[in-house]
Amino acid sequence: MSPGVADNTTAEPVVALRNASKAYGPNKALTDVTLELRPGEVMCLAGENGAGKSTLIKILTGAIRRDTGDYLIDGKDVGSPTPSQAREAGIGVVYQELSLLPDLSVAENLLMSRLPARRGITRPREARQQARTMLERVGLEGLDPDTLVAGLPLAVQQLVEIAKVLGATPRVLIFDEPTTALSETETKALLERIKQLRDEGHAIMYVTHHLEEMFEIGDQVTVLRDGGLVLTAPMGDFDRDRLIASMVGRKIESLYPASNRTIGEPRLRVKGLLPQGSSTPIDFEVRAGEIVGVAGLLGSGRSELVRAIFGADGRQTGEVSVDGKRVAGGDPRRAVQAGIGLLTEDRKRLGLLLELTIRENASIADLDALSSFFLVDRREERGIVDKYLGGLRLRAASWEQPVSSLSGGNQQKVLLARWLATKAKVLMFDEPTKGVDVGAKAEIYKVIGDLAAEGLAVIVVSSYLPEVLGLADRVLIMSGGTVAGELPAAGATEEDVLRLASVGGGATVTEEMGA
Amino acid sequence: MRLPGIHGRESAPGLEPLAAGGGGGAVVDEEERILTFGNVFGRDAGGLIVLLILFGALTLASPEFLTSANMDNLARQVAVFGIIAVGQLLVILTAGIDLSVGSVLGLTGCISAELLVHKIGIVPAILGGLAAGAAIGVFNGALVAYGKLPPFIVTLGMLGIARGAVLVLTNANTVQPLPDSFGQIANGSFLGLPNLLWLFAAVVVVAAFVLRRTVFGRYVYAVGSNPESARLAGVPVTRVLVAVYAIAGLLAAVGGVLFTSRLNAGIPTAGTGYELNAIAACVIGGASLFGAKGGAYGAAAGALIVGVLNNGGNLLAINSFYLQIIIGALILIAVAFDQWQSRRSAGS
Repeated sequence: MSPGVADNTTAEPVVALRNASKAYGPNKALTDVTLELRPGEVMCLAGENGAGKSTLIKILTGAIRRDTGDYLIDGKDVGSPTPSQAREAGIGVVYQELSLLPDLSVAENLLMSRLPARRGITRPREARQQARTMLERVGLEGLDPDTLVAGLPLAVQQLVEIAKVLGATPRVLIFDEPTTALSETETKALLERIKQLRDEGHAIMYVTHHLEEMFEIGDQVTVLRDGGLVLTAPMGDFDRDRLIASMVGRKIESLYPASNRTIGEPRLRVKGLLPQGSSTPIDFEVRAGEIVGVAGLLGSGRSELVRAIFGADGRQTGEVSVDGKRVAGGDPRRAVQAGIGLLTEDRKRLGLLLELTIRENASIADLDALSSFFLVDRREERGIVDKYLGGLRLRAASWEQPVSSLSGGNQQKVLLARWLATKAKVLMFDEPTKGVDVGAKAEIYKVIGDLAAEGLAVIVVSSYLPEVLGLADRVLIMSGGTVAGELPAAGATEEDVLRLASVGGGATVTEEMGA
Repeated sequence: MRLPGIHGRESAPGLEPLAAGGGGGAVVDEEERILTFGNVFGRDAGGLIVLLILFGALTLASPEFLTSANMDNLARQVAVFGIIAVGQLLVILTAGIDLSVGSVLGLTGCISAELLVHKIGIVPAILGGLAAGAAIGVFNGALVAYGKLPPFIVTLGMLGIARGAVLVLTNANTVQPLPDSFGQIANGSFLGLPNLLWLFAAVVVVAAFVLRRTVFGRYVYAVGSNPESARLAGVPVTRVLVAVYAIAGLLAAVGGVLFTSRLNAGIPTAGTGYELNAIAACVIGGASLFGAKGGAYGAAAGALIVGVLNNGGNLLAINSFYLQIIIGALILIAVAFDQWQSRRSAGS
């Protein structure tokens, strides 16, 4: 790939992590991983969600302490550095969520912690000059340092972020999913820029879900799976299928309920729906008793799809109907009344009412049915909560304790009970088992299976492929804001899904899936 | 169309309610538990305890405190701003704030007075004032809910607008004379207790009932806890917001009419600074400015605490300047206690 690969592999590593492990309680996030980053070389980090990639990055940047193993920079043991010590030692990170302050100017952002000043009074002319030099390094010669960051396109912000990281003169650059929000041409430009940084002698670690980017830019690849190191090898040794196979390499356990359901009439119909940020309308239907999985990479529009069906993002074009009756868009209340429920992805921010009790959280979506003349029928309310939360085997001292006192899995059960209580006809689950331990996971899977068996139409969005394939009858694969393909879950492998999900356009794939 | 199984409230295969014991056992226990003070007053208990202690202490310290004449006096002092505090509480529960209630009190009181001076009947005059207050509240609420403007700014603007409007309306003159029968509303008494006290009690009891037992009340707490979560659970967040500001405006108008009736004259500067007293009453009564915490009895207790402190201070001849310091300190203590408690429960 790059002319210098052969020489560089013999160069001394700038950063070496030897036999690093990290556990959160009984949960092993990383086991015995060894990684070396050499100057003038791009190391790709591959693995599924939960494989331990972000844990590894956090150890390198000093955001978390590893339990065991050695961390060497330039051959010297650095112990457990704090984030600022790691930065001083030359580790720079470009995060997926930009760390820029949108209401400040480019120059202020670039020089945040070291604004040129005399006796506390800033020197704008000097700041502009320094900012210009920094911007030149990432090819932004034309950008006025006084521009506010908020007004810049995302791709430019990304470059400003890189310029900011370069300002600390790092020798190692870590890119964590930098292209999630970028278009294809912007991605290309960014990859070119990274190659240039590599050729300047930086050691680079590149993390992405997009396989083609790895092949484009990687010299070496390290594959992680379930927190363990699978292998480190030159990128040239791999083709697509081999890489995917080494990332997945595992059988699906029988955590999932048997799919001996009878599938009936269509319950949910989606016609010409345009979710936020999408330009291709989406059509599909979900039948009674059917579980449809929605898979796709981060930023492919998975959550946006279910949010659009639920009317969470304001008015949208397209038609959603439940049992043949059209659901007015743009208002979750109407969707709830029409029999749609959405278990949101971010429990704390979009689901729970943390100040309220377990009982109040479980009954909130069903209060219209639980009341007469505006009065909540408390006996009936308690009955409903007993029935659904009791059925989910929630462990709590009392339904009157605040919901914030429960663990993640139990909070998820409270939200599940909230939608069970509404007698929803269509239930959509966005990452239903995120941050939930294995035991509670199996229970949630069982409930999802039971719900479908009782004739609900169920949609499950998940970034965890075994879960999608294990639960669903049919999988929709999202890419670039729209449905790129559809697979029956029975015969499909994780490789099939990944292949569809990492395709940029998706048009050719839909034809392929036509039959 | 109803499906069997999980859709029927009676039978749910696979999801049977728990038999006695297990997770549900605790719920049964709770019904059998002896009711405590905290059970009865729920979210509002703290303020009531402070109030009772204060009452006891003042009764011991001053022989004049627990006399009917003084209680009469206390009730009249507290009632008007207690009623406003209840409206303020509803807004605070949604994590908002209404700075305009004092000005709205002044404006609506003078609107009613002007209508009376123009020989419109007592009932239409009162209704006119109340309608004006509710309309201002709806306007505030619409700007907050649909215009997405910060409540602090919206109601700060309305504070100026309403006060300016009443000065223009009255030319800064007292509006009188008003019929004596109108003055009877706030100055009369019923069953030996002043009318104002009855009205205050009625507003508090109704508000407490609405907050605890109605769907609207539950929605108020839900919106205050997390408006986005509430919206995604099907709560009509915008309508709830408009409603709480409308109620705050209406209760400010009730206060305005009563204030005018008590003095039997429309005073353009009436209610100046009441918004801050009302907020203080809510906070002392256990409400959190971050929303979803507090109750009507707490706010009433907060209003009474401030009133009793002022009243008791006068009886004991404490310099009223010191009383201001004491009330300010009380607000800080109430908030610090609240923070300390929530940190402790989060840590456990």
